Amino acid sequence: MATFVSRGFFLWSKRDVQMPAALQRALQVAPLAAIVAITAPEIFLAHGELIATWRDARLLSAAAATAFYAWRPGVLGPLLAGLAVYMPLRLALGW
Amino acid sequence: MSLRAFLHDRHVRRGVRDMMVFGPGLGAWGLVTGVAMVQSGLGVPLSLLMSFTVLSGSAQLVSLPLIASAAPMWITWASALCVNLRFVIFSSQWRVHLGHLPRGRRLALGYLLADLNLVVFQKAWAGSGSGHQTGQARYAAGGAVSLWIVWQGGSVAGVLLAALIPLEWGLGFAGTLSMLGIAYSLLNDRAAWVAAIVSATAAVAAFALPLRMNIVIAIAAAVAASLLMARAGKAAEALGREA
Repeated sequence: MATFVSRGFFLWSKRDVQMPAALQRALQVAPLAAIVAITAPEIFLAHGELIATWRDARLLSAAAATAFYAWRPGVLGPLLAGLAVYMPLRLALGW
Repeated sequence: MSLRAFLHDRHVRRGVRDMMVFGPGLGAWGLVTGVAMVQSGLGVPLSLLMSFTVLSGSAQLVSLPLIASAAPMWITWASALCVNLRFVIFSSQWRVHLGHLPRGRRLALGYLLADLNLVVFQKAWAGSGSGHQTGQARYAAGGAVSLWIVWQGGSVAGVLLAALIPLEWGLGFAGTLSMLGIAYSLLNDRAAWVAAIVSATAAVAAFALPLRMNIVIAIAAAVAASLLMARAGKAAEALGREA
């Protein structure tokens, strides 16, 4: 329901919604901003606080995924590289 | 349009192809969401129902702890709505391209269109002029249907496999990693970099806000920054002409 209402919000009315061209262009960054806004806290925060140590499975895993992306762009490659760092650190060392 | 004609349409096929670049990440994220639903105690039938009706990974992940802790229904609703506020912004973008469709179609398609659909759509049709172009609705439909299939496939697999995957593995982080890959592939110009940095900073700084309002704040900050950048760019141009 919440999905339906929000995604259909501006699609409901028959009349055209007028918006300045500059705002239209600026709104094009909104989807990227949303994805980053959901992701960044998951990487940098633990229990609502900034992670202060580098000995953290998530930071190192994100770094590995970033390095892999720089070498070979894609979605699956960085995901697997990140997990390959994350799971051993978490399971074996308990980070 | 018949199903056959739909599957053979040039624009539909391009929509499917462009979306499938993100297929693995999407499937992994669906899987993680499926596992998370069952492990939060929702049960298999309810998890499947939620997956098929809500169809929004972030809203599902946000409302799960609330449902599990038996929070009042209206709080669950409110937080799902807040997380989904970004779609209100997106729908104003879709309107430009899909506004000509009849209302029923508009809303049905709009319900299926997620973050990734808009991103892929904008990339594919960049530089094709403003306003509506022929084939855009079919392109969007192709992307929407393929995203739905991959997402639900991953999600259903996750629901069914959840019992076999221990919570300690922390598989939830796989979802974050796949989002990270998706975000990197969108950083194709300076404006995108600025928006991403502003949004990340704002989302982390405003994390303490209730109902995950930090997401909405971060988007607003990124959009405002890109407005300012465009204006600064124009001013610099004007200065350059005068000098």
